[in-house]
Amino acid sequence: MTTVLDVLAAICLLGGAALSLAAAVGVVRFPDVLSRMHAASKPQVLGLLLVLIGVGLRLRTQFDITTLVLVAVFQLTTAPVAAHMVGRAAYRTRRLRRDLLIVDELGERLDAGREGGPPGPSDGPGRPDG
Amino acid sequence: MSPTRRVQRRPARGAWILQPVSVVWLVVLWLLLWGRISPGLVASGLVVALVAIALFPLPPIAIEGRPRPIPVLRFLLRFAWDIVRASVGVASLAFRRDQEAPTAVIGVELVTRSDLMLTLVAEVLSLVPGSLVVEVDRTGPILYLHLIGVRDRADVERERARARETEARMIRAFGSPADRDALARDRAARPLGASAAVTSASTTGAPGDPEAPR
Repeated sequence: MTTVLDVLAAICLLGGAALSLAAAVGVVRFPDVLSRMHAASKPQVLGLLLVLIGVGLRLRTQFDITTLVLVAVFQLTTAPVAAHMVGRAAYRTRRLRRDLLIVDELGERLDAGREGGPPGPSDGPGRPDG
Repeated sequence: MSPTRRVQRRPARGAWILQPVSVVWLVVLWLLLWGRISPGLVASGLVVALVAIALFPLPPIAIEGRPRPIPVLRFLLRFAWDIVRASVGVASLAFRRDQEAPTAVIGVELVTRSDLMLTLVAEVLSLVPGSLVVEVDRTGPILYLHLIGVRDRADVERERARARETEARMIRAFGSPADRDALARDRAARPLGASAAVTSASTTGAPGDPEAPR
């Protein structure tokens, strides 16, 4: 039984490490900030979850597992928020490769707002801006 | 309905549920941090939670929905599968040779009128296939997503449909009755796949017709 758990733990740890490595490669290789945030907010999250599962399977004590659950919960809730804030700032400061975009509906919306058309997203009423 | 009317300013019905929910959540957090359960820990957690809530009151959020077990399970399973697929997909993109592949920024119109649901949908979409929320327009509401791994307009429309389907799944799982009605009306008027682009200008081209790069 312990051997089975250890093997499962090893698989999870290796899988998690591989995904985290892929995320790191993505952060280095992707062409602009927004694409890099994809690498940071997806393979990295699953990689961390797999590492946590692996550690939990190996340690098997209640105290450690509750801590691991907390790490997982906060990772899942905070990663998208951080990615959104960085992504939003990157878009607004034009840190993206526009030549790679097939469609840019937000840009069209913002341009329409500047030319006196319907208000762009930044002009929405009662918006809790961060 | 005018855009300004859709934005909820006053605390809606059901807002009072939030405080007990917060207290329970903080006590659970306390117990998880301690890693064990004892009457003394529950009591001290309760005290800490009440003090924290009294010192840092949260803005009222309307919690009107009631979770339905089977749709919740369906949503969670699909969510887990999507995370795995998205992670593997993005990871493999990191190793491809051509890093000049196209990306896109699209606006996805949602049907929900609840801030809480909008937030949850944005969180979930940030964690699933190739999409990242770059901007939220609360009055639409419209979520603007950045997509990677899209090759042409057909891919973009597929991602848009997928985002709307994710919202539909979440509304079926724990949406309010108003959101469920809105979803039913929206799907009757505008079935998936035939979803219109948010801005009419220059986004209504035929699928698969790549626009000239700017």
